[in-house]
Amino acid sequence: MKKLIAQREIDVNEEGYLMDFNQWDKEIGKSLADEHDISLTDRHWEVIDFLHEKYRKEEPLSIRGIKKSGVIDIKEFYSLFPGGPLKVSTLIAGIPKPKSCI
Amino acid sequence: MSDTKVKKMLFILSKGTIENAYAAFVMANGARMEGIESEIFFTFFGLEAIQKKKLEHLRVATVGNPAIHMPTMLGGLPGVEALATKMMKKEMEKLDMPPVGEFLEILSDSGCKLWGCKLAIDMFHLEKEDLIDELDGIITIGDFYARADQEGTHLLFI
Repeated sequence: MKKLIAQREIDVNEEGYLMDFNQWDKEIGKSLADEHDISLTDRHWEVIDFLHEKYRKEEPLSIRGIKKSGVIDIKEFYSLFPGGPLKVSTLIAGIPKPKSCI
Repeated sequence: MSDTKVKKMLFILSKGTIENAYAAFVMANGARMEGIESEIFFTFFGLEAIQKKKLEHLRVATVGNPAIHMPTMLGGLPGVEALATKMMKKEMEKLDMPPVGEFLEILSDSGCKLWGCKLAIDMFHLEKEDLIDELDGIITIGDFYARADQEGTHLLFI
């Protein structure tokens, strides 16, 4: 389905995740973050860069992977993206929701 | 993000086998990942999972466990339980499941509260020093019930 994000029509699934990463840019990310009452800082962008890198390499995301990332620790991850950090951060980053239970 | 009515999950881990410990850990971690609060109360044999010296040596039960598909007499032979545990841990590692100690760190960092049961700790003559540093405290079951302080709290016995 189509959703108006940052004055543009973007394809999203029923949970609001982008269907096509090519439609993502920083404006879209900011707008999605606003919807979750998150104002993106440099630290957020560093995490988003990390998520994009994992996505490009097709490496699955997990909370353990965050711990080992060297970019951020789990405590800060939870404080930057409250309410389910992997779910929220991947949505903002425009990549699919992780399928893992861990 | 989701519309779940579950807001807080309280787990009581009473068993010391690896599959039960992981059941509690995966569910408690899964809750936090969904933005749901979670806490674990370790009691009786569940205390094995938070004892520094024992937590990396939890095993899968090969006796009295029909799902392991092994004759009971075979399961009881020396080394069989250790072998089955080794095989299971290998499979878990493939799925990027952390070992027990690391899983407890992840849970603690994720905001999952970890509690020791006072009665069982006294019964097994354990000291605070025997238990993991991440432990949030030693409490009674009454204290634990008091943690169910909001609508949408659920309590699960494992």
